[in-house]
Amino acid sequence: MRSMRVFGLLVLSLSLLTAPILSQAAEQVNLYSARIEALIKPILDRFTEQTGIQVNMVTGNADELLSRLENEGRNSPADLLLTTDAGRLHRAKQADLLQAVESDVLSQRIPAAYRDPENYWFGLSLRARPIMYVKGKVDPATLSTYEDLADPRWDNQICIRSSGNIYNQSLVASMIAANGLAKTEQWANGLVSNFAQPPRGGDRDQIKAAAAGRCSLAIANTYYLAGMLNSDDPTEQEAAAKMAVFWPNQNGRGTHVNVSGAAVTKAAKNRDNAIKLMEFLTSDEAQHWYADVNGEYPVVEDIASSALLQQWGEFKADPLNMGILGENNREALKLMDRAGWQ
Amino acid sequence: MSRLLPFTTFQSLVLLSALLLAMPVAVVVGFVFVPSGDVWAHLASTVLSDYISNSLLLMLGVSVGTLLLGVSTAWLTTMCSYPGRGIFEWALLLPMAMPAYIIAYTYTGMLDFAGPVQTLLRDLTGWGFGDYWFPQIRSLNGAVLMLTLVLYPYVYLLSRAAFLNQSVCVLDVSRTLGNGPWRTFFSVALPLARPAIIAGLSLALMETLADYGTVQYFGVSTFTTGIFRTWFGMGSAAAAAQLAAGLMVFVFALIMLERYSRRRARYHHTSRRHQDLRRYHLTGGKAWLAFSVSFSVLLFGFLLPASQLLSWTVSVADDVIDARFMQMLFNSLQLATLAAGLALVLALLMAYGQRLYPGKAIRYAVRVAAMGYAVPGAVIAVGVMIPFAWFDNTLDSWTRVTFDYSTGLLLSGTLVAVVFAYLCRFLAVALQTVESGLGRITPSMDEAGRSFGYRPLTMLRSVHIPILQGSLLTALLLVFVDVLKELPATLILRPFNFNTLAVRAYELASDERLAEAAPAALAIVVAGIVPVILLSRTITRSRQTASHLNDATAQDS
Repeated sequence: MRSMRVFGLLVLSLSLLTAPILSQAAEQVNLYSARIEALIKPILDRFTEQTGIQVNMVTGNADELLSRLENEGRNSPADLLLTTDAGRLHRAKQADLLQAVESDVLSQRIPAAYRDPENYWFGLSLRARPIMYVKGKVDPATLSTYEDLADPRWDNQICIRSSGNIYNQSLVASMIAANGLAKTEQWANGLVSNFAQPPRGGDRDQIKAAAAGRCSLAIANTYYLAGMLNSDDPTEQEAAAKMAVFWPNQNGRGTHVNVSGAAVTKAAKNRDNAIKLMEFLTSDEAQHWYADVNGEYPVVEDIASSALLQQWGEFKADPLNMGILGENNREALKLMDRAGWQ
Repeated sequence: MSRLLPFTTFQSLVLLSALLLAMPVAVVVGFVFVPSGDVWAHLASTVLSDYISNSLLLMLGVSVGTLLLGVSTAWLTTMCSYPGRGIFEWALLLPMAMPAYIIAYTYTGMLDFAGPVQTLLRDLTGWGFGDYWFPQIRSLNGAVLMLTLVLYPYVYLLSRAAFLNQSVCVLDVSRTLGNGPWRTFFSVALPLARPAIIAGLSLALMETLADYGTVQYFGVSTFTTGIFRTWFGMGSAAAAAQLAAGLMVFVFALIMLERYSRRRARYHHTSRRHQDLRRYHLTGGKAWLAFSVSFSVLLFGFLLPASQLLSWTVSVADDVIDARFMQMLFNSLQLATLAAGLALVLALLMAYGQRLYPGKAIRYAVRVAAMGYAVPGAVIAVGVMIPFAWFDNTLDSWTRVTFDYSTGLLLSGTLVAVVFAYLCRFLAVALQTVESGLGRITPSMDEAGRSFGYRPLTMLRSVHIPILQGSLLTALLLVFVDVLKELPATLILRPFNFNTLAVRAYELASDERLAEAAPAALAIVVAGIVPVILLSRTITRSRQTASHLNDATAQDS
């Protein structure tokens, strides 16, 4: 009867699995986070220290977390959704998964472009996607705009990651908003023909490829460059040191930025705590932390970014409302498919 | 057959569990009927042909690669004696403990343009960019290589088990007929081992189809990456599910091909005689060649990537390995153990059900349940999430109305959902192993058992399980190692504040922090090594424990 014993054991362990995992702390807030644990946990711990509110978290892909939220419906345990781009927040709002929040703190501290006009979601940090060039190889005076990168004189000189990546999708979405679909498609065709290599790897890989001589320009988010400069790995530091940042479109709409942001879910049971957490994330302390540790730009005005970020200078950001990025995302992806942007 | 009540109960139990495990696949297939608008027209006119051709080329490459590496090393370590054979015997399984996306990261770190190998080359020669040719690791060929290096152990494992169980007599007959080792291999051993080799290959190919991490990182557009682009980028779950259903057509074709290649041939062992294997003694150049082949496979599949992980780990260990890390290790091991145990029980139930009641209903239900292995983990996870959430919410609505009490979510977001997804995904691994073990037991033994009046459970316990011990342990350990490596389903379905090693490794690697990801990746590999070594010993011992089944012949029934 050994098999029966084994079976009994399995049933027992299964019943242990269903036991509630959450401790019933008096005050808590449940978070679905698309930002990876290592990049958010320290600041959440500070929140718990200050308020006594326990933060429970599941991390994952934003779209998968949205799926989960959607399927769980009104019984979802999640109170707050945290994403690393605005497109997904917009999508969550469209899918009726969020609720509007009235908070004086949030509306005072966050500029209008970086939050939902109806207060369904709020940007918490800025992620800029400028052009990076190899020092000494490219004269920054020859650089001007994203649009210019489609010019044949950059043939075989541009490194950028695949179109499957949300940052590229958002960049193209912002260009659709600025220049229209037809012009953007033309631009994408030109850009793709200037690629130095088929898109592969992440943003850091593009920076490394440029530093190693494969191309002279890389399009990447600045916090990756910051991360490489702060890396323990000397080869990453060396590669990053060869690169400089150019802020495109400064005479026009400004450099493309995205936000990481948060929204209270429709099903939230700890709504007040969720709002408290969002407000905390716009506090001076948290905003400084985003800059110092993650290499992102503070969303709150008049907060100084870190010394590292300051060396790249001030820049004008594209004031396009982030919701547009979400709306144009699908068209952007289809356009990139047609342009043969892998 | 169904003259007694317990039999029909057993039958329905088999059918029910097969259907339950087939549910996620069925949910995905169900989306085929949801209209997805213009997405398909767009896909067909742009990227679909790339998805298909890349997926096919990937499968072709991995087939050739895993067969070459797996079968040759299995033959060498089983039938030849050369320096280091005893170590290679188990060490050649080690790459199995390495998740494919991790090996891809390590090789990219080493071989990319900015990596140490090419940098050294440039420093030594003074070349710059464009002065020399170097193979591009991040390409379709690179993906084939990476997947081959971590998947050949499936072919190695199963073909080695088959070679070990082959009759000494058959091989001796071949020798007395004047056949040399090569001829014996090609005309006797290989055809006899074919079912096992194909079973290993189909596991490797299903893993290949389901792979997302490697192809995505290498920028190769396959069905899997297409599913995610369509789902995430275009927000079209229906079109994504339809692509996933397209993927399953591949798998189904694969299964049918395997069935067809076997046709009605059955491969049973009929004799009970056991003799020590007489290995071919290799000397001189041949011995060195055998050693070099085995060593290079081990070097590239395990030693190199593992040392890269180790060197990264050493550089960051102080910051990363803490109490929470140990908790993750414990979580991973706990889930792997539980899922492996359950998968074994279910595989046994289904394999046995098919053997006892060779009817169509059970057979097809089991086949569909086993298809989860080739479906990307994230798709399976959604296939689990939808019905679980539906069940929870329906129950909740009912109790709210009837008892004015909310049950909330009972199953969604618990480890039950996670383990269930593992079972859907990895049942095939256990099932293949158990089935191929069960297939080697002659029906005459069943008949003998039945003539004693044994009921199914008695027969299982007193006739089959003792004989199957090796296969059962193999199934257990394979699922264990697979669950340790599993990522996407864990990521989507897990409860609050619950992390595994794979989640940790992926999160950091996906943020392009390879060094920080290394400790968790290395821990997965190390945790996988013990079962892998156990596995190898089981198989070697199977020659003794199953010795009464030792001689093999092919019977056409």
